[in-house]
Amino acid sequence: MKNKMLWMVILLFPIYISTQDSTEKPPTGDWVLEQVDLNLLSKNRIFESKMVIHLRRGTRTVVSKSWAVGEQMALTEYLAPAREKGVKMLKLEDRLWVYSPSTDRIIQISGHMLRQSVMGSDLSYEDMMEDPNLSLNYEAEVIEEVDFRERLCWVLELRARTNDLAYQVRKVWVDKELLVPLKEELFAKSGKLLKKTELFDIKNIDNRWYPMRIHFKDMLKQGSGTEFIIESVKFDQPIPDHLFTKASLRR
Amino acid sequence: MIIFLFKGLIRDKHRSLFPFIVVTMGVLLTVLMSCWVQGVMGDMVDMNARFSTGHVSITTRGYAENKHQIPNDLALLETTSLLNKIEASFPDTTWVQRIHFGGLIDIPDESGETRDQGPAIGLAVDLFNRDSGELERLFIEKSLKKGRLPNKSGEVLFSDDFATKLGIAPGQSITLITSSMHGSMCMQNFILAGTVTFGMQVMDRGSFIIDLSDARSVLDMQDASGEVLGYFNRYDENRAQEMAHTFNTEFNDPGDEFSPFMQSLSDQEGVGDLLKYAKAMIGIAIAVFVFAMSIVLWNTGLIGALRRYGEIGVRLALGETKGAVYRSMVAESFLVGLFGSCIGTGLGLLVSWYLEVYGIEVGSTMKNATMMFPNVFRANITVQALYIGFFPGLLSTVLGTCLAGIGILRRQTAQLFKELEA
Repeated sequence: MKNKMLWMVILLFPIYISTQDSTEKPPTGDWVLEQVDLNLLSKNRIFESKMVIHLRRGTRTVVSKSWAVGEQMALTEYLAPAREKGVKMLKLEDRLWVYSPSTDRIIQISGHMLRQSVMGSDLSYEDMMEDPNLSLNYEAEVIEEVDFRERLCWVLELRARTNDLAYQVRKVWVDKELLVPLKEELFAKSGKLLKKTELFDIKNIDNRWYPMRIHFKDMLKQGSGTEFIIESVKFDQPIPDHLFTKASLRR
Repeated sequence: MIIFLFKGLIRDKHRSLFPFIVVTMGVLLTVLMSCWVQGVMGDMVDMNARFSTGHVSITTRGYAENKHQIPNDLALLETTSLLNKIEASFPDTTWVQRIHFGGLIDIPDESGETRDQGPAIGLAVDLFNRDSGELERLFIEKSLKKGRLPNKSGEVLFSDDFATKLGIAPGQSITLITSSMHGSMCMQNFILAGTVTFGMQVMDRGSFIIDLSDARSVLDMQDASGEVLGYFNRYDENRAQEMAHTFNTEFNDPGDEFSPFMQSLSDQEGVGDLLKYAKAMIGIAIAVFVFAMSIVLWNTGLIGALRRYGEIGVRLALGETKGAVYRSMVAESFLVGLFGSCIGTGLGLLVSWYLEVYGIEVGSTMKNATMMFPNVFRANITVQALYIGFFPGLLSTVLGTCLAGIGILRRQTAQLFKELEA
C-alpha cells in the first residue's frame, strides 16, 4: 500500500508541477484578447441603450435601439429626445449614412465629419465605425497584473497592426476571472491620451460576460463624459437583411 | 518785404524750384499716406464692427476667450431677459443678436443623393424684422446679386461666389449639416432665396445668412444667441469703454465662464491694435518725411548758399546784419514751404480723391484672410488731410534753411573783401 502511494506521488508530481506552473505563468496578451473578443463579439445583437451626456451646462439623455450583424453591419434608430426621434444611422462595412426625418435626406458621413461627436457625446462617428475585433487589429502584451476596483486584472498594451486605426495604442485592464475589460485608455500615435473608458455592471448574458454600463471620456473635450447604458441586449436573434439597406432608413 | 522776397524767388528759379519740388512731392506723399491709412484702417474697423464686433459686444466670458472657435456651447442663454435689462440701462444704443456657426452645405441631385458639398460659415441675423436695421448695417439689400431677400422661415442667402462654386441658383433646395449648441449633428433643408456679394473675401468665399429664428431652431438655441452687439450712432471709444465697465460691474462674475461679459470694439479681435497701428503709421510717416526732407532741403540750402555766396557777402558788406540776412533766408524758405505745401496738399487730395472713388482691388491677395478686409481698399479724405502736409512742408524747409544758414553767422566780416576779390 505504501509502495502504491509512493508510486502515485511520483507519477502525479510532474502533473501537479506542470498545472501549478500553468496557473502561475501569465497567459499571452493575444490569448487574453481573444477571450475578451469571445465575450464581447457576437454573430448578431439587438440592444436598447441610453446615452447620458454630461455637458458643460447640464445633462442630456439620448435613447436608441440598435441592430447589428457581425461587426460590419449596424443600424441605430434614435427614439428620444423628441428633437432626435427618427434619426437613423446605418453602417455598412466602412461606410456610414445618417437619415434625418426633418430633411428626409440620407447623408453619407465621411472624411473629417467622422470625427464629429455622435449626438454631442464623447463618442465620435469614427468610434462607431471602428472594428471592435481587437485581436484582429491589435498585437497585445501583458505588461502587469494589478488590483483594479477590487478585481484582479491583467494590464494589456495593444499596438495596432495597421496604420489606419484611429487609436494606435491601447491600454486595457482585463478582469482575470471574467475576461472582460474594466478600463481602457486610447492613445494616438504620438502617445497623446485621447479617450478613457470604464466598463461597469458586468452581467452574464447567454453564457458571456457583458458590460451594461460604459463611461466614455473624450480627453480633448470639456464636460464630465458620457454614460452609455445598455438597457436590454439580446444575442443571436433573427434580424432581416433588408434592415441594413439605405431604403430601410426612410421606413 | 514779403512781396520783395517773393519776386526774388520767382525771378531766380534756381533759388526756389528744387526746394519747391521737394516740398511739393513730400507733402503730396504725406497727404496721400494719411488719407490712405485713414481709409484702409477705417474701412477695416468699420467692416469688423458691422459684421463681427459691434461697437460693444456682449458674450459669455468663455465665448469671448475662444471666439475664433465659435463656441456656441458657451452661448448666452435667456437673451430676451438680458436684452430687456440692457435696453433699460443703455437706451441710446441699438442692440442686435447674432449667431455665428460653421456647417457643411449639401446639394442634392434629382434623386436626393449628394451631388456636391462645401464647408461654409453661417451668420444668423434678425432678417425678418426691418426695425433691427440689420439689412442696412450689413449692406444685405445693397449687396443682393441674384434672387430676393428671404421673407419666410426656411430661406437662405448665399454669397454669390459660393453659390456659383456649388452650382446652385435661387429657388433650389440645399441641406445644412451642422452641430447644435450641444454638439449634436443636425440637418435642415433651406431654399436659396438669393445671392449676395459682400465685397470681402472672408464673407464671399463661403458664407450664408439665415434668420435668427431659423438658426435657433436648427442649433437648438431657443432664447439663446452667440453674441449681442450694441451700435451707437457714431463710434465713441470713451463711451464704449465706460459702458463696458458699467455693464461688467453689474452683470459679470469673473469666476463664471457663462456670465455675460461686455467688450468695446477696441478690446476685440485685435481691432484696438489696428486703431493704434493706424495712428502710429500716420505719425511715423510724417516724422520720416520731415526728417528726410530736412536733410534734402538742408543740402539744397547749402548748395544755394554757396551759389549765393557772393550775394550774401555783398549784403553783409553793405551793412546788412547777419541776423537780417539769416531771417530773410528763413522767410524765403517759409514762402517756398508754404507754396509747396499748398500745391502738395492740393495734388495729394486729388490723388486721394481718385483712390477714394476708385480704390485699389486687393481681394485676390486676401484669399486666406481671417479678418474682415474689404476687397477694394480706398483712401478717405478727412479734415486732417487739409493741414497735415503743412507740418512736414513748412518744418522741413525752415529747418533745412536754418541748418544751411548757420554758415552765414560764421562768416567773418573782416575777410569779406578778400573773399569778394578772390
